[in-house]
Amino acid sequence: MSYEMRTREETVGRFRVRLTSYRTSGGFACVADNVDPGANIARAQAGSREQAEAMALARAKERLDRTREVPV
Amino acid sequence: MKGYAHPETLVDTPWLAAHLDDPKVRVVEVDVDTKAFEEGHAPGAVGWNWQTQLCDTVTRDIIPRAGVERLLAESGIANDTTIVLYGDNNNWFACWAFWQLKVYGHRDVRLLDGGRKKWLAEGRPLTTAPTAAAPARYRAPEPDSSLRAFLHEVRAHHASDAWALVDVRSPDEYSGKLLSPPGLAETCQRGGHIPRARSIPWGKNCADDGTFKSAADLRALYEGAGVTRDKGVIAYCRIGERSSLSWYALKYLLGYPTVQNYDGSWTEWGNLVSAPVARGEQP
Repeated sequence: MSYEMRTREETVGRFRVRLTSYRTSGGFACVADNVDPGANIARAQAGSREQAEAMALARAKERLDRTREVPV
Repeated sequence: MKGYAHPETLVDTPWLAAHLDDPKVRVVEVDVDTKAFEEGHAPGAVGWNWQTQLCDTVTRDIIPRAGVERLLAESGIANDTTIVLYGDNNNWFACWAFWQLKVYGHRDVRLLDGGRKKWLAEGRPLTTAPTAAAPARYRAPEPDSSLRAFLHEVRAHHASDAWALVDVRSPDEYSGKLLSPPGLAETCQRGGHIPRARSIPWGKNCADDGTFKSAADLRALYEGAGVTRDKGVIAYCRIGERSSLSWYALKYLLGYPTVQNYDGSWTEWGNLVSAPVARGEQP
């Protein structure tokens, strides 16, 4: 059995985001993580991979936009 | 298996596939993302929620002794059951559960090498059917606090040459540039790291497929940073789950004799009044 798992990365503002999508019984799921350190920041389920990725990416962007950077 | 000190604590995906119906084995999924289990899990697995079942929900603490006894009994786990843990994010919270089960002295607990990611990538079976676990009897001993570092111990040891601190967060959290992993809520007042802590991000323990690197690679990683087996080692991150993965690698894959997980981690240290903080890329 294959869940058609696929991973790709995008840049969202200042950060890299990794989208991992795979088939589920109801369509596709997509999990967005922040690559470094790899924490999950959003998830979505939809009928198609493209929809699930777009929804997860939009939710990830909302959260990443709130991330502050402190001068070191 | 890759030259590990305690290979009996790690199983691969073919082993788990062959033991899904083994009555002596209980498979437990522990995810960062608590919805992942409902979406599909290994047949026969039970799911534990790290936010409600693997902690004290009133005091900031690990699961209390009575709580671990109840959780394991309800999961159909007896003292002689083999527990196999797996989860998302390279087993972050599966390692958190592993650490707590060792604190409570469970003899035979193992991790699925590669976790949920590898199980899915290989097209292994998933089900959404709930698992009916027949309740068991479980008695836990007093917690083994030698596996855990408390604040007073970190304060006492961080400047000592006999101890090595390992900060497993991302380089930007270590330097103080970020107060949390990107996209997550800030949980500290100050950024940076505990003075003299070495930056060895958790991900360096793992290969691209999510499995642990070989003992030789892990040894080179830690010894190269001055974290040697003759020292006591304290691992920390933000809340103690990423560091439980590094704790596992140091203690069970490399066999370091004294390794502690500082679960107070940066959410504790980074909120203390007057605690020393180092900023930038250097220890």
